[in-house]
Amino acid sequence: MPALPLHTAGPYVAAAYIVFFALILIYVAIMATKLVRSERTLGELTELVEHRRRARVEDDT
Amino acid sequence: MYGKGLRPLSAITVAAVALTLAAVFFWAPNDAYLGFLQKIFYVHVPLAIVTLGGFVAAGLMAIGHLRTRDPRWDMRSYVAIHLSLIFGIGVLITGSIWARGAWGHWWVWNEPTLVSFLLVMLLYATYQPLRFAIEDPERQARYASVFAITAGAFVPINFLIVRLAPAYVHPRTLDNISGNLPGRMQVVFYLAMISTTLLWITLWKFEMTAKHVAAQLRQLRRLLGDEDDDVPARRSAAPSLTHAGSAG
Amino acid sequence: MSTPRTSSVVRALLEAQLRLELRTFESLPAMWLFSVTAFVLFHFGLNEDSLSGNLASGVLWVTLLLAAMLVINRLYLADAEQGGFDGFLLSPADRGSLLIAKVLTLLFYLAAVELVAVPAFALLLLEPSLGQALPELLGVLALGDLGIAVIGALVGALAIRTQSRDLLGPMLSLPLLVPVLLCVAGATAPLFDPTHAGAIPLRLLVTLALYDAVFGLIAFALFDFLLED
Repeated sequence: MPALPLHTAGPYVAAAYIVFFALILIYVAIMATKLVRSERTLGELTELVEHRRRARVEDDT
Repeated sequence: MYGKGLRPLSAITVAAVALTLAAVFFWAPNDAYLGFLQKIFYVHVPLAIVTLGGFVAAGLMAIGHLRTRDPRWDMRSYVAIHLSLIFGIGVLITGSIWARGAWGHWWVWNEPTLVSFLLVMLLYATYQPLRFAIEDPERQARYASVFAITAGAFVPINFLIVRLAPAYVHPRTLDNISGNLPGRMQVVFYLAMISTTLLWITLWKFEMTAKHVAAQLRQLRRLLGDEDDDVPARRSAAPSLTHAGSAG
Repeated sequence: MSTPRTSSVVRALLEAQLRLELRTFESLPAMWLFSVTAFVLFHFGLNEDSLSGNLASGVLWVTLLLAAMLVINRLYLADAEQGGFDGFLLSPADRGSLLIAKVLTLLFYLAAVELVAVPAFALLLLEPSLGQALPELLGVLALGDLGIAVIGALVGALAIRTQSRDLLGPMLSLPLLVPVLLCVAGATAPLFDPTHAGAIPLRLLVTLALYDAVFGLIAFALFDFLLED
């Protein structure tokens, strides 16, 4: 098998490493989506607790 | 707390990966026979070895599940397989790129590593459909563990057997390269192995933590007892941590 | 109540399975028909009148494998539909004997299919005559069938309690069966060599035997967990 000179092999090597990064970054993107959803849920739950606390304060007065 | 130690772990991983990349491109010599193309193998082979190790680890975690019936082991096994599948796709794509560069074809049958890999991926691709096809969560976890153990045993055996096929009696290229490496290349290869392993472990811990957070949020929602918010549980293929656990 | 001996349990289960099949005679004719039809398909698909060597070996074994898929799906069907597992679980018999019975049942089916499929193959597609190679072919068939039976019994139990059982059965078993295929096809090809020059590479048979043994043990160890409820 002849040695591939740099200018022919370069794109292949670059492509392989790009694939490696792309996979990691796609994974990060998916986890980010889940994180956003968690943030939203947490916000809703916080609002729920505050709503109930306000309702209880009104009941007491 | 699943996230304990995640921060220092990811820092070490970043450093390792960066160091490896620098070593690959600035320190390792060009292979006399294959030239610059050989650099691919610093990403392809470690990915392959870590992926297979991940599948075997998932099998061991599944054994833990069957012995203790603790759903946390099932979660660990699930995430391990999930992550190894993603890494495995990387192996197939980088392997294909290498084949194209070295042989001129996008796929070759005479490279036993690639062929065994294809087989392993085909097998583990059935993991998710299998889980999804079982509704009862306890049985889903149990059957998934049986599968993970069987498949985990299959991985090393399959690798040995494919090499026995008549087509592979002659020396292979990728294995020959990773076999006896001259000095610097070997160091860089081990560096690549370490950083890829660290990367897998970091991502695994990352996903375990994320899943735990989601489970805790679900439980919080249930505790706050929102009556009109009673979301019926959807059928899912993923295990759920229904209780707040400690230790990842 | 004492635990009945494994061999008697196995025999009882086996007899039940075989009696059921012979009475209804559902699966075997379909499998025979499938095999012969597959050979016809291969004739038209490959556009060949006769095959030898690697090609012949591959066509025969892939056909047998696909026929095996048909029966693996049905292996536990009667049990699942008629609540057969419950009756067995309540008995004091050890669960491993159910696995052994299923493996033997599958072996029986495979042998019965090959009784028709192999002569049909020799008649329709095979170029060299089978005569001299027949004993060795039978040996290879036996080892291959054992591998298919072990994997099939385990995967069948796994797939039967799922909602897409007829899809999952093949999807799960075929990758696990590739090493078996690799060994038997490699061992059969020299038998179908028109010059009768080839000898069976023994290491393939040894590997196959080991593979059968390893997965037999794994199936035996894991089978209990599948039957629990």
